[in-house]
Amino acid sequence: MIEVKDLHKSFNGVEVLKGISTTFEKGKTNLIIGQSGSGKTVFLKCLLGLFDYEEGTIAYDGKIFSKLTEDEKRNVRGEIGMVFQGSALFDSMTIAENVMFPLRMFTKQSKSEMQDRVDFVLNRVNLQDAHKKKPSEASGGMQKRVAIARAIVNNPKYLFCDEPNSGLDPKTSIVIDDLIKEITEEYNITTVINSHDMNSVMQIGEKIVFLKNGLKAWEGSNKTIFKTDNDVVTDFVYSSELMKKVRQMYIEERQ
Amino acid sequence: MTYLHNIGAYFLMIAEMFRKPTKWSVMKNLILKDVDDLIIGSLGIIAFISFFVGGVITIQTALNIDNPLIPKYLVGFATRQSVILEFAPTFTSIIMAGKVGSFITSSIGTMRVTEQIDALEVMGINSLNYLVFPKTVALMLYPFAISIGMFLGILGGMAACVYGGFSSLEDYIYGIQTDFIPFHITYAFIKTFVFAFVLATIPAFHGYYMKGGALEVGKASTTSFVWTSVVIILLNYFLTQMLLS
Ligand SMILES: Nc1ncnc2c1ncn2[C@@H]1O[C@H](COP(=O)(O)OP(=O)(O)OP(=O)(O)O)[C@@H](O)[C@H]1O
Ligand SMILES: [Mg+2]
Repeated sequence: MIEVKDLHKSFNGVEVLKGISTTFEKGKTNLIIGQSGSGKTVFLKCLLGLFDYEEGTIAYDGKIFSKLTEDEKRNVRGEIGMVFQGSALFDSMTIAENVMFPLRMFTKQSKSEMQDRVDFVLNRVNLQDAHKKKPSEASGGMQKRVAIARAIVNNPKYLFCDEPNSGLDPKTSIVIDDLIKEITEEYNITTVINSHDMNSVMQIGEKIVFLKNGLKAWEGSNKTIFKTDNDVVTDFVYSSELMKKVRQMYIEERQ
Repeated sequence: MTYLHNIGAYFLMIAEMFRKPTKWSVMKNLILKDVDDLIIGSLGIIAFISFFVGGVITIQTALNIDNPLIPKYLVGFATRQSVILEFAPTFTSIIMAGKVGSFITSSIGTMRVTEQIDALEVMGINSLNYLVFPKTVALMLYPFAISIGMFLGILGGMAACVYGGFSSLEDYIYGIQTDFIPFHITYAFIKTFVFAFVLATIPAFHGYYMKGGALEVGKASTTSFVWTSVVIILLNYFLTQMLLS
């Protein structure tokens, strides 16, 4: 479980996060949604300790992160899997080596055990034949899937994904969403996902935090998000023509 | 103020580089790869430059001492001294600041802008140890490359001397053995070790702490070259003052 209290973060005097409090529970897929530029990535990077923040606390299963020593922080981070918005694959390594990397660094497995595990996770993200490719030779969507494979390969306790299915086709998107949900439930881990994809919201939004201009504008789940009359949320949810149609049909059906 | 801040940050970086070391089985491969990239990959250019600059030094010296009272073997002597004392350790290091230095800055800088360093940190890896330490260790073999440069510089001088007819082979060989002071070699290698450390860490500093995007990677490489050269030249001055006078 991750608890965030009153998080403030600014860049060069401009406040980007203006006091955000929320909790992310174990075994649930937690979603952070909001428009581009609303502060989702900055929020996630603060959670990971990649950005320093001026105020607020972040606790990982009760341990307040900023109070840990450098080595203790690294130990917590050893249990984190992260999918960056831009994938952040190591471009000096092949795809298989990228996925194997956390295993090589943190486990004492034999070469063949590691290879089996890599095959297994690459299969789960539908990448059976890409082992030997370099990241630069893979498409954007493939890179995303490799990043997901790398994040989950060492059974993390905390999984963070910054827009895991941007750049993926709808079908693969669904596969990835399902995979993240499955892993979250199977291993009872704490998962936090940044997204602005309505499909993901419907499918895996067990808890949803809505950010707008650096503030938490709304909090709920995929059960409540379509019922709320919070203007900010409805504005976001029904911004696409497709969602407008869905809503129209729903209203007509009820009449 | 920013200079002071940067100097402080540089020394903190070096201290951090030795903390929480990466697993040896992984580190070993990183070092071997960096030896290949940084040392083996530079041998060609070092050999080429040394040979020809050695030749030019010889020609210049020979042309400048056409006084019949000065013995011919002095050409060999002068070439040996310039190559061992300054040319091979210092001049070559400035060229390496361009070649090896900008490679280090741009490769680490690219990892910074594409969040690969963040990815390492998030996994709980000491990215400074992972990225900079193997390069520093690899460059400890740099004096070996420089000794090849010294040898080829003197050989190039010999070729130019004999081929250009400035003095006989015997005179040249006599010259390069005259008044040989072994401490000069020690001095040259002490310098080279210090330069090797500078060549690994200053470009790494500029790459690691850079901000921005691809454009800034290019700028960081340029600044890193300037600073590496300036520091090498200054250290050269102080080390010479300390060790030789
Ligand atoms: N390193 C930085 N330096 C200065 N400002 C930054 C930095 N990173 C982000 N910002 C600013 O913080 C704000 C929030 O950015 P953030 O990347 O969190 O948006 P986001 O919600 O992730 O958007 P997207 O959906 O497009 O990824 C933006 O106004 C951005 O300009
Ligand atoms: Mg973002």
